[in-house]
Amino acid sequence: MSGVRVLVGTKKGAFILTADGKRKNWEVSGPHFGGWEIYHVKGSPADPNRLYASQSSGWFGQVLQRSDDGGKTWQVPGGEQMPEFTGRPGQSNKFVYEGEVGTHMWYDGTPHPWEFKRVWHLEPSLTDPNTVYAGVEDAALFRSTDGATTWHELSGLRHHGSGSAWQPGAGGLAVHTVLLDQTNPQRMFVAISAAGVFRTEDGAQTWRATNQGLRSQFIPDPTAEVGHCVHRIAMHRSRPQVLFMQKHWDVMRTDDGAESWREISGNLPTDFGFVIDVHAHEPETVYVVPIKSDSEHYPPDGALRVYRSRTGGNEWQPLTNGLPQRDCYVNVLRDAMSIDALDPCGVYFGTTGGQVYGSPDGGDSWSPIVRDLPAVLSVEVQTLS
Amino acid sequence: MIRVALPAHLRTLARVDGEVMVELNRPPTLGAVLDALEQSFPVLQGTIRDHVTHKRRDFVRFFACEEDLSHEPPTVSLPPAVVNGTEPLLIIGAIAGG
Repeated sequence: MSGVRVLVGTKKGAFILTADGKRKNWEVSGPHFGGWEIYHVKGSPADPNRLYASQSSGWFGQVLQRSDDGGKTWQVPGGEQMPEFTGRPGQSNKFVYEGEVGTHMWYDGTPHPWEFKRVWHLEPSLTDPNTVYAGVEDAALFRSTDGATTWHELSGLRHHGSGSAWQPGAGGLAVHTVLLDQTNPQRMFVAISAAGVFRTEDGAQTWRATNQGLRSQFIPDPTAEVGHCVHRIAMHRSRPQVLFMQKHWDVMRTDDGAESWREISGNLPTDFGFVIDVHAHEPETVYVVPIKSDSEHYPPDGALRVYRSRTGGNEWQPLTNGLPQRDCYVNVLRDAMSIDALDPCGVYFGTTGGQVYGSPDGGDSWSPIVRDLPAVLSVEVQTLS
Repeated sequence: MIRVALPAHLRTLARVDGEVMVELNRPPTLGAVLDALEQSFPVLQGTIRDHVTHKRRDFVRFFACEEDLSHEPPTVSLPPAVVNGTEPLLIIGAIAGG
């Protein structure tokens, strides 16, 4: 029997929401790691019982958690007491930049040494449960091939010639999105706030900035090669040449693997927002949640609306059935939307007000799965068979 | 044996209740206790001090016998009452936030 497992990271712990394929009745477990910020929880496509969670705290730093039973139990890889553990203990939260650390640009324009702060995003390999990528703050990409027991920087990204010019956005300087190309294991995309999109064709050894067509008024040269505050990029697995982007301002798409981007904001009430995702079975159906900005960061008119385009952008339809249409002033953060692979396709998103909404019919109708969690940082869904 | 009192979040992480005991085979300094603690509980590596530099994390404090050892070097000797097990070394999550 099919079902779904929604993995929710919040400011104060992780929660796991499960339902059968009807997606009407939900079980909620958690908080896991109560009191810690859980930036991201994600399952392995190669083994759905293998989950990874990024746990962090302003006091005690970064911790990596792993589950081998779908979130029932968790362990810190290599965290067991000696002498039971015979591998390299205590390294699962050791993120050390490779080579000369160097500097990026600080908020005031001065050079600032790279400092690891936390893991924003975990992207498990499509084929190997023990291989997982970590996008971190300050912006860098790490990889583990031993189930998150040890990590090594893929330093070609940070040593891209532009690295010294990367500058943090309001939320920091972080690799927040990692997209793997299922048709080509050597190819991946990352997105960095506030630098832009980068693509590798050689398994992360070298990278190219792929931001042609982006225009950002908040940098001295609006069409510069880097410096764009990309909030999120999304891909349908069947079409790795087509990417969709929610930028600080502007919703964008590329049809040539990020060689060039064009705007598809169309009739959106505002083209600012954080999340963007693609329907599981309709590669031209895209979802965004417009957010009022620059400083408000809540839905326009206090009405929480998901917008759906069935035409790959430009023509957007508000989806409101079941969502609050008055007095709603929450935000939906960049990693807080996900899509299941059932038919009809399910869509999920979480808010800074602690609600997780789900739609079992591609966005036509919505209902809250939970209403009162801590502020939601991330939402991922696993489709279980 | 030296008694170490961990903050609640680190007790949860280390899967221990109450104080933990660490045994030293070298002079009883603050750094020696932290080394032994991380040896016994590898999960705590990186949570109290930096993996590489061993710099104390900003919001972690070390107290013993009503003294603040947070700003002392790792070579500082622990008070006799901590060395003989009468008093614990307290590792504290600093009060911050609202």
